[in-house]
Amino acid sequence: MSFIEISHLKKSFGPNTVVHDFNLSIEKGEFISFLGPSGCGKTTILRMIAGFETASSGSIRVGGAEMTNLPPAKRNVGMVFQAYALFPNLTVAGNIGFGLKIAGKDKGEIDARVAEMLELIKLPELGDRYPYQLSGGQQQRVALARALAIKPQVLLLDEPLSALDAKIRVSLREEIRSLQRELGITTVFVTHDQEEALSISDRIVVMNQGHADQIGTPSEIYNNPATRFVASFVGTLNLLEARVVDPATGRVSIDGQPVVTKRDMSAFGIADEAIVALRPEALILGAGDDDRNTLTGTVEEVAFLGAVIRVRVRLREARVSLDIFNDPTLDLPKIGMAASVSFKKEDLLIIASH
Amino acid sequence: MKSNRLGHWLAILIGTLYFLVPLAATFEFSLRKVRGIYSFEAYRVVLADPQFQASFSFSVALAVVTIVFGMAIIVPMAYFVELRLRKLRPFIEFVTLLPLVVPAIVIVFGYLRLYNSSSLLPLTNSSLGTNFLLICGYVTLALPYMYRSIETGLRSIDVRTLTEAAESLGASSGTIIWRIILPNIRSAMLSGAFLTFAIVIGEFTFASLLNRPAFGPYLQLIGANRAYEPAALAVMAFMITWACMGIIQVVSRNTAAARH
Amino acid sequence: MVSNASPASLPRPRVPWAVVGVTPFMIFAVLFLILPTLFLVVGAFQDVSGSFTLANLGKLWTPTILSSYWISIKVSVASAVMGAVIGAFIAYAAVSGGLPRWIRPTVMTFSGVASQFAGVPLAFAFLATLGRQGLVTIFLSFLGLNIYAQGFNLLSFWGLTLTYLYFQIPLMVLIVSPAIEGIKKEWREAATILGASNWQYWRHIAGPVLLPSFLGATLLLFANAFGAIATAYALTGSSLNIVTILLYAQIRGDVLHDQNLGYAIAFGMIVITGLSNLCYILLRVRSERWLK
Ligand SMILES: Nc1ncnc2c1ncn2[C@@H]1O[C@H](COP(=O)(O)OP(=O)(O)OP(=O)(O)O)[C@@H](O)[C@H]1O
Ligand SMILES: [Mg+2]
Repeated sequence: MSFIEISHLKKSFGPNTVVHDFNLSIEKGEFISFLGPSGCGKTTILRMIAGFETASSGSIRVGGAEMTNLPPAKRNVGMVFQAYALFPNLTVAGNIGFGLKIAGKDKGEIDARVAEMLELIKLPELGDRYPYQLSGGQQQRVALARALAIKPQVLLLDEPLSALDAKIRVSLREEIRSLQRELGITTVFVTHDQEEALSISDRIVVMNQGHADQIGTPSEIYNNPATRFVASFVGTLNLLEARVVDPATGRVSIDGQPVVTKRDMSAFGIADEAIVALRPEALILGAGDDDRNTLTGTVEEVAFLGAVIRVRVRLREARVSLDIFNDPTLDLPKIGMAASVSFKKEDLLIIASH
Repeated sequence: MKSNRLGHWLAILIGTLYFLVPLAATFEFSLRKVRGIYSFEAYRVVLADPQFQASFSFSVALAVVTIVFGMAIIVPMAYFVELRLRKLRPFIEFVTLLPLVVPAIVIVFGYLRLYNSSSLLPLTNSSLGTNFLLICGYVTLALPYMYRSIETGLRSIDVRTLTEAAESLGASSGTIIWRIILPNIRSAMLSGAFLTFAIVIGEFTFASLLNRPAFGPYLQLIGANRAYEPAALAVMAFMITWACMGIIQVVSRNTAAARH
Repeated sequence: MVSNASPASLPRPRVPWAVVGVTPFMIFAVLFLILPTLFLVVGAFQDVSGSFTLANLGKLWTPTILSSYWISIKVSVASAVMGAVIGAFIAYAAVSGGLPRWIRPTVMTFSGVASQFAGVPLAFAFLATLGRQGLVTIFLSFLGLNIYAQGFNLLSFWGLTLTYLYFQIPLMVLIVSPAIEGIKKEWREAATILGASNWQYWRHIAGPVLLPSFLGATLLLFANAFGAIATAYALTGSSLNIVTILLYAQIRGDVLHDQNLGYAIAFGMIVITGLSNLCYILLRVRSERWLK
């Protein structure tokens, strides 16, 4: 049995069911991200784990103990909020030590733990400052220390980085991850930034309208999206309609052009509609040899994105985008030019059509 | 959580009662003039009283002049302080808060000593001079509110950018204030104006000590000599306050709506 | 054009519009706000011949004057503290959520109106409510409670305090609402999940955060009541000896006949309201620092 077992969780606000039949097992020490668009229920699930919302049905067990009806104060979980939520009237040290003070620990023990936490978040000098004297990134690190000071069995983070600017966001997420590894604390991290989720998680839960569409490691999620939603939400993906020609040999036609996939197509019959997907970085410009699939069309748009150049090619009806690495010596394709794109046979993803 | 909400309702209920009961009682009282039945007799008597008409219109006139005069000196000051003379701000803040610190009765006492008939500037010698003094007093009373609403209005429109844009098109300072700034802070000015009106219309201390036949002293006089008419007057005064505050609400809500 | 374009050429004479725009206000402020106040303050330290003395302030220590200050302070403190407590509860109930949405704007509008409904008409309203013939008085005696027989009198300390509450409570609601709005619901959640009870949350977080605003607002209410006269005068005539009414009578020439003593009384009032306003501002600065 896993450390955290969430089973058949459901939550309704009045007539709206915002979480339905949500199941998840989390191992001890795992770092799990909830990834999904705004309003899909990520925060709601997190708040049910924390105890701020009561589930309409289903159960949450942590370390074998039933949590579903326990008040938040008794759950021993740590939580970090999007807007820091530091107590403005307490110093940094006061904030970090708050949970211990409430628990009635003696002063020496609190001070030692606070010093240890300050060291951990690399702000050893700032214990006497007030929150308004800190930058956003520092405030969020203090919030993290405050949550960790009580040695919670689970750490919950609700979009902790989204109020920060891009550079700090990246460095702080790495810091959070290495802290988490060091402490071995089971962590649930909510985000709607797919890059964030992919870069720091052991596993990702991709949420769609209140339930988990797919649960898997970053590479599973990225390379084998289970649904069209996952495919389109994770990464920039070309989603194309295709018709199955021969499931046995993996032959399909995209916009009338024949291609072959190495993926399993046994679920399909001849002439079925299928949704196929191509990642922009898997495509290259120019016709390929026999091991590759080739599609032809005309260049419709060329966008310079810095490190990469994104080219959009129009087939007949459908369009595909591809990325080429920026290279000053490169001959950029011209708009209106005829072009072929090619890709490896295993790069053609098949997404079950519903 | 349930009991919590009960407490909230209770607080609102107590507040509502404290607000409404005196109004209801006053209204009921104002209808009692004719023995045994409810009638609007007290209102009729008050409205027909020539002194009421005279003092009320006098106070309305005072309020209007106060608003115009106050705006005329406060708006340019607030604009230029915001635009160029930021250094003056602490001083201005101090001055505009002063009327909250120095009670009206103290200010008027100062006027009477400073501008009496034997002083350098004997404003109290003529009724025109005294009226002017009264208006100045009212401007000081209204100053914190007028300044605050105008300043808020100016801050919300980014005066600097607007002014620089207009200057780059060759507009003069006068044109800028009149054609660009004023229209943009109109609702802030209206709020300040109606609040001033509500403050001035029944003001007692200044008018009484400067011996002016304004509405406030008239109210006090009626209160000392009549039984039911004061209640009728209180109801009317309340409706005036209500109208002023209601207009402020509407004005500021419309502006907020226009901004979004 | 070409020959004149040297950097040293005379700048076009420019009207200093900013100075022109600010001057009328400055003149006004000096003549009708600062000078009159200064005149009284200076006068409080002068004798009839104009030389420096502390005798005027000394004369404040007579029973009549001291007691008038004392009653003023009592009424102001009572109405400020009660107004602040009740107003804070109402503001919290209206602002903190939990009640239907329309409550909040409604409470704010009504508070705006009630906080401006002061002066003479307010006295009339309370006479009609709690006077001997007032509706509530009659209603209570109907229930068998004769409040006047129980010693209540509208023309007294408690009567005046109750009357002042009519504008003090809504004023408190208006002043303290922004501070209560500044309380984030995440603070409660963060405290709860760290193990704090509701009481501990109030004791350690919400209470201390709101305290400066609360105290500051109370001081402002105090100053507001302390300088008021019209309601008290219309309600009690000169039967209640509060300091504003004493000063009013003194200005009218009814009593004392000592100009400089009048200045000293006024000076005393400025000191009291000035101090409470100063503390209000200091407390507000502190709480704003926290809340934004
Ligand atoms: N207290 C509530 N009452 C009613 N509906 C709510 C409540 N809280 C959340 N919801 C609704 O539940 C749905 C899920 O909300 P939730 O906050 O979990 O989304 P989220 O995935 O965290 O989104 P975001 O990325 O924007 O934070 C939303 O449609 C929201 O409107
Ligand atoms: Mg959320």
